[in-house]
Amino acid sequence: MSRIQSTFAQLAAQGRKALIPFITAGYPEPALMLPLMRALVDAGADIIELGVPFSDPMADGPTIQRASECALRHGMSLRRVLSAVREFRVEDASTPVVLMGYANPIEAMGADVFVAEAKQAGVDGVLVVDYPPEECAGFAGQLKANGMDPVFLLAPTSTDARFGQVAELGSGYIYYVSLRGVTGAGHLDLDEVARRIPAIRDKVGMPVGVGFGIRDAASARRIATVADAVVIGSRIIEEIEHSPPGQVIANVSAFLRGIRAALDAPAI
Amino acid sequence: MQMNDLPDSHGHFGPYGGAFVAETLVEALDELKRAYADAKADPAFRAEFEYELKHYVGRPSPIYHARRWSAQLGGAQIYLKREDLNHTGAHKVNNCIGQAMLARRMGKPRVIAETGAGQHGVATATVAARYGMECVVYMGEEDVRRQAANVYRMKLLGASVVPVASGSKTLKDALNEAMRDWVTHVGDTFYIIGTVAGPHPYPMMVRDFQKIIGEECRAQMPELAGRQPDYVIACVGGGSNAMGIFYDYIPDASVKLVGVEAAGDGIASGRHAASLIAGRPGVLHGNRTYLLQDENGQIIETHSISAGLDYPGVGPEHAWLKDSGRAEYVAVTDAEALAAFHALCRCEGIMPALESSHALAYAARLAPTLPPDALLLVNLSGRGDKDMHTVADHSGIRF
Repeated sequence: MSRIQSTFAQLAAQGRKALIPFITAGYPEPALMLPLMRALVDAGADIIELGVPFSDPMADGPTIQRASECALRHGMSLRRVLSAVREFRVEDASTPVVLMGYANPIEAMGADVFVAEAKQAGVDGVLVVDYPPEECAGFAGQLKANGMDPVFLLAPTSTDARFGQVAELGSGYIYYVSLRGVTGAGHLDLDEVARRIPAIRDKVGMPVGVGFGIRDAASARRIATVADAVVIGSRIIEEIEHSPPGQVIANVSAFLRGIRAALDAPAI
Repeated sequence: MQMNDLPDSHGHFGPYGGAFVAETLVEALDELKRAYADAKADPAFRAEFEYELKHYVGRPSPIYHARRWSAQLGGAQIYLKREDLNHTGAHKVNNCIGQAMLARRMGKPRVIAETGAGQHGVATATVAARYGMECVVYMGEEDVRRQAANVYRMKLLGASVVPVASGSKTLKDALNEAMRDWVTHVGDTFYIIGTVAGPHPYPMMVRDFQKIIGEECRAQMPELAGRQPDYVIACVGGGSNAMGIFYDYIPDASVKLVGVEAAGDGIASGRHAASLIAGRPGVLHGNRTYLLQDENGQIIETHSISAGLDYPGVGPEHAWLKDSGRAEYVAVTDAEALAAFHALCRCEGIMPALESSHALAYAARLAPTLPPDALLLVNLSGRGDKDMHTVADHSGIRF
């Protein structure tokens, strides 16, 4: 059982939902990456999604694009992300880390080299936004063969046939994109999400995390009533963006603790 | 496998092409694939497309024998395929009509486009006006500045122009932004991509709408010159005018195909846009192709005097034609392109677009090395009025 799978199994046994914060690696500066990852865990993160910055993040909104551009200006790269994960693993052997990013940095490194180095660094899952199932069967197989979970997206527009493809190639969990649009957009249709999730979970046979558009404790709690995990990305990047340099860690921690408390609060 | 029966059903040209997109776009692309296959099989669609090309665009565009320029260069005979005479002044409109007709057929009242030089934006705005559609054009801030006249043209035609301030503020960033708009408004919006790049089915569909250029040439060259050309030469940014003129010639091995990329300040300077010559394969904008990228796989900023060639990728079919050896790719610098621009103005009374001037510059390099009975066919893909400010700036002239 992978670290991701056992995390979900433990949470399910406790009747709790997973909290998955996303941060762009190297934003606001590379020196804060490890302190931020530690702070996310302390504030109640069950899994960390680490965004690998890319120059052309087509599926992301302006918030994450700005964060990526800033990280790249600071010299962040896929290799540096991997060494940060390696360092994180020295002190934290239990929190799964999922890399989320785009295909080209991985292809530039070479898929074989990436898979070997990611495994060695202690990466648990990889979500490549622009690798839909039909373009990455080989890569997903390589990840699995090396004990890592290929995480796939599903969207409101995904057909039943897509559920089958994703169930076959993916593992760990499914990342359900809860709205039509890019990351950070604001119009989340909670009712539609609530209708879709049970059917998706049945068909893919793995936990379903919901992301895109979750901005506060209330929407997180509402999503958690139907999903297995809540993913929060752009809202955390905004918190970082709006914090004075010395306050980044404290503000992100306080924000995430609020979400954690909402997820764990007993049902009314 | 024949060279010209690609792509396969998933949009692959050998190892290139495909549909590398986020899940949020998969269904929209599937819908487009179905609609395009259906339209392609419908004789009424083809007939209307041909009617529009004839009566609205003014096709067929003529081929012109540039006798004085050929004589001055002292070698091969240079023939120009006059896409600059099309309505809107470039080849871009061929594709826009095809895609707008498809949008109408799919019931999408809103079209969006990305543009670099502004030619594709102008063509899209024109066609949107023609069909009564709402039109939004994304354009990098840097290009908005360089191509102010085209921005105004688009507005006159009723389009909204959205300046894009992210990344390098040029064509690739406009493309990112248009994709985001499409993902968000996929229900009522059709994305008219202007070149043979992007996810499947775009590279195939845009080529299909542009291949009229080569089809006409195959009929016109024997009439005018007595035979097919020895070389077909076209500039390559994304590569739509080149695919358009190359495609029908692919099975004819006696015709050499040459794509001309933008060498900017020179390949060695690093300031260029020659992805096939100096790039490596990778994934960007939904397809696998040659890209200008750094050692970490980040896309690097490109440079060309011609905004329409200022793009770090290239259509996947060109990547395949390069690897297979069927086409050859070369590059010419800003300075060479400018020299060809001035030469054609002065010698033939034709003002070429700076994009097309790259193809002309290579013809000027090649012609003197060949005997006078050799035939070069150059795709004069657009007219140069839009570039007067750039050329004047370069010559230190202020209006």
